[in-house]
Amino acid sequence: MLSELGMNDVWIIATASLVAAASALVGVFLILRKQALIGDAISHSVLLGIVLAFLLTDSHSLPVMLAGAVLIGLLTAWLSDTLHRVGKLQSDASIGIVFTLFFAIGVILVSLYAGQIDLDQECVLYGEIAFVPFDTIYIGGLESGTDIGPRAFWAIGIVFMIVLASILLGFKRLETIAFHPNLALSLGINVVFWHYFLMTLVSMTTVASFDAVGAILVVALLVIPASSAYLLANSLKAMLWIAVAYSQASVIIGYSLAFTLDSSISASIAVSAGILLFITIAALQVQKAVMRLKKVAVTN
Amino acid sequence: MEAFTLLQPTSIWDNLLAFWRFEDMNVLWVLVGSILLGMSASVIGAFAFLRKRSLIGDALAHAALPGVMMAFLLFQTRDPLVMFLGAAGSSFIGFFLIDWLPKNTKIKPDAALAITLSFFFALGLMLLSYIQGLNVENKSGLDKILFGQAAAMTQDDIRLLGYVAITILITVALFFHKLRLIAFNRTYAITIGMAVNRYELLLALLIVMSVVVGLQLVGVVLMAAVLLTPIAAARFWSGELSHMLILSAILGALSAIISTQISYMAPAMPTGPWMVVSLSILFILSLLFAPQKGLLKRFLEHKLLRQKVAEENILRTLYKLVERNKVDQLDFNHSDIQALRSVPTEILQKTLKTLCRKQLIESSSKGFRLTKSGLDLATQLTRRHRLWENYLNEHAELTPEQVHNQAERIEHILTDSQEKQLQAELENADSDPHGNPIPSQATLTGGKS
Repeated sequence: MLSELGMNDVWIIATASLVAAASALVGVFLILRKQALIGDAISHSVLLGIVLAFLLTDSHSLPVMLAGAVLIGLLTAWLSDTLHRVGKLQSDASIGIVFTLFFAIGVILVSLYAGQIDLDQECVLYGEIAFVPFDTIYIGGLESGTDIGPRAFWAIGIVFMIVLASILLGFKRLETIAFHPNLALSLGINVVFWHYFLMTLVSMTTVASFDAVGAILVVALLVIPASSAYLLANSLKAMLWIAVAYSQASVIIGYSLAFTLDSSISASIAVSAGILLFITIAALQVQKAVMRLKKVAVTN
Repeated sequence: MEAFTLLQPTSIWDNLLAFWRFEDMNVLWVLVGSILLGMSASVIGAFAFLRKRSLIGDALAHAALPGVMMAFLLFQTRDPLVMFLGAAGSSFIGFFLIDWLPKNTKIKPDAALAITLSFFFALGLMLLSYIQGLNVENKSGLDKILFGQAAAMTQDDIRLLGYVAITILITVALFFHKLRLIAFNRTYAITIGMAVNRYELLLALLIVMSVVVGLQLVGVVLMAAVLLTPIAAARFWSGELSHMLILSAILGALSAIISTQISYMAPAMPTGPWMVVSLSILFILSLLFAPQKGLLKRFLEHKLLRQKVAEENILRTLYKLVERNKVDQLDFNHSDIQALRSVPTEILQKTLKTLCRKQLIESSSKGFRLTKSGLDLATQLTRRHRLWENYLNEHAELTPEQVHNQAERIEHILTDSQEKQLQAELENADSDPHGNPIPSQATLTGGKS
């Protein structure tokens, strides 16, 4: 199969692997902070952010889309939290109400302006990573300029760098907040700031992954590799490394799967991530059973 | 822009009329179907909400997708019953997984939900794209279940939906008392020997069924809202489960009517998102204006209480001033009051004015004095304040310095019977921890005399 890889496939795999890595890194913090559901919610509501940003500015450029998505992402997090506090609703119920509303409005806008926006309902769901190589950026004009590669690749590349830099710079704080939220408070770390900072990273990752995997499949990449890592790791650093490793393995397995079955690449990547998680769980269950048997053997 | 041309102002009314005359029989079918779905999903969603699993509907709806695709792959038909069974089967596996993961691994419940949801959804999409690449008949329209399109439903679909919805409503009505007990007090239900597990399985089955039949109408992604939003809205109106269920069923039906009309008038508009938007609007209205627990009501109550506290504080300060002045002075001005209680002049003036209007105080050239009824109220408040201080001092072992602030809060809300009870429990009901006398009930002049 490797011999059949063309330039387009290389771009697709490179983009997918950056999407998966960025999502895995951000996802680790979502899992540790028990905010898997807010990640789900944000990845749904960014659709509205993108559509609104496009309708308001009439531009399809990355900064505009990022800004729209981040604003809506933060709004989702803030509204869910406010509804939880002021309306005295359970927090998952508040999250559910906010994101379903935002997503519904997003879908309605997409079907209203379907002719004008280069978004359709399918792209909302599973993106179209196969088309990624055809939407490229030219430096210095379309005719004479040089093709520097797909737009989606550069988008997720930039976001990946931002995520990486944030984790490197804020490592100590993020670690304290993730494992000892109370200690973080007493140390004077601004927990609220870091909460919204994380939500910003989630929104950015989601929107940059939009072309590649769509809004909903990004949840799989946010939550599943990080969960696998959560089962195996015993430190934040290890968890981040394992999550990234799992995400890259999912990309490779998923791409081959899609190639063999002629199915959607991004869906196959997400499915592979799930299969890897279930294999990990099965292995751990077996290990647990073996340990139990050994214990029984020893005590007898 | 096609959607807009259908929404020309002149035709809206005609369109509405045409809708309600049911010139198109299919419209009637879809309307009845959506109302039944709206009602049954809201009722069953209520129990998920009460069990603090509001987003289970979201996960189950996503989990249904691979089942539908599998059923189609295996049987190559779009028969509603086959689709239904496939969806129900995979939803049920999803339900089991959400339950199993947190119990047997380190994974937390919220992550288990997100994992199940995204994995099954991805699996469903993978199968969908695989099917679309295959050369089989009947495959078009499978993707409709992602967003739901009521108009695409056949009469068979709607008939099945109707049966399921009615089954759900009847089952909930039959087992209402048991389900209520489990929802509110599971442990107690177990102790009295109820087969809790069996009822929970029943509930799971009903949730799965309503999610699965709702998919075609509302779509996978938004099904969660139909289960969750009505009960969340109903909760602001009443605390009684039966009322909440009836109300959320009404809200569900209402949103169904609104959304079917909208997508009838503009066929390009998907039904599901409009159902969610209308539900959300009903939710926001409930949140703000519900008479029992709405925000507006709470805001007004809070404001009234603050005003009451401000008035009562001034009254008690006046009482204290009278008490301290052994000379026969009864009139006090702003600065006298502010010397004892720090209160911004503006608020003080406003409060004094209200107190005058209520004839609890009267103003004279030298300042303000308590009227008879004002003195009564002030005495009673002082009595409650000091009794409570005393109580805290004797029974909660707080020092005299600590008790004052606590009592400041409680004096405004103590009732007569609580006051009597307090007095009965105190050894010393004559003076407070600071040494001030506690005015006895007898010193009250009784207002009218």
